[in-house]
Amino acid sequence: MRFCRTFLMLMALAVAAPVIHASAMQPPSQSEFVPVSDIPPGEQIPAMNIVGAAYGFVWVAVLGYVWSIARRLQTVEAELADLESRAK
Amino acid sequence: MTKLNPLLIGLSAVMLGAAPWMIDRAPYESTMGLVQKVFYFHFPSAILFLVAALICGVASAIFLFGKRPRADGWAIAAAELGLLFGSLTLVTGPLWARKAWGVWWVWDPRLTSSLLLWMIFSAYLLLRRYGGPGSDKLGAGMALFGMANVPFIYVSVNVWRTLHPQTSVVPTLPTDMGLPLWYCFAAFTMLFIALLNLRARLEHQRARVEALYLAEDEA
Repeated sequence: MRFCRTFLMLMALAVAAPVIHASAMQPPSQSEFVPVSDIPPGEQIPAMNIVGAAYGFVWVAVLGYVWSIARRLQTVEAELADLESRAK
Repeated sequence: MTKLNPLLIGLSAVMLGAAPWMIDRAPYESTMGLVQKVFYFHFPSAILFLVAALICGVASAIFLFGKRPRADGWAIAAAELGLLFGSLTLVTGPLWARKAWGVWWVWDPRLTSSLLLWMIFSAYLLLRRYGGPGSDKLGAGMALFGMANVPFIYVSVNVWRTLHPQTSVVPTLPTDMGLPLWYCFAAFTMLFIALLNLRARLEHQRARVEALYLAEDEA
């Protein structure tokens, strides 16, 4: 039992050590508002890319969902027609 | 209602096809510029996300307390649409925020409660898919909890004054920005109604299939 406890503690330390080390090395995270003008030029994304990504995502998601509903409905209605014909 | 679906889908497809032209003609917002145009799809998605939660909650209440099994089909349909429109809101919002605020995400009440509602819809659908017997009633209870979150999401920006714009922004928009916004909203609403109707039909047909299989087993 004692061996198990020591083994588990050592395992936890082995797993936690790299995480603690990595978090100590990281720069402070950004959690507050930063004015757009203060963002370094390398981190700025062109507005056109953002608008394109947003509209592209909406179109793909909506078309994908319409296709998914049509396919599922087709499958269920075919199954229903088959069952109803068997029941007659 | 079934005959109305192709009309609604066709009309919304034409309107959404013409939407980029309408949005392009709208003037640029003075401080945010081009990126503000994400708003024309973000706002309708966000409102319909909340509407889906209300429909899901009301249908679940009718199912739970009124003992009407068909209402459960409407609740599942609304939950799936809530997940879809919630995803559109939660993807377009951070894209806009990255340019406008300089961050992808902030844990402010509006964003956090919207994410929570999206997670409730995800949990609801997972429960209905894998929960087994009794998951319908448990899911209905969860949907009521989701519906209770809606007023909180709506008023959160007015109560806490966070980075997210307040609800007073939309009614005060100038006409040349308001027109494309309400145009997109109408197109999205028609799409929402048609998809809700189709998804509920799918659920009702599934119930009929299950009933026929049960009848076959008993025979």
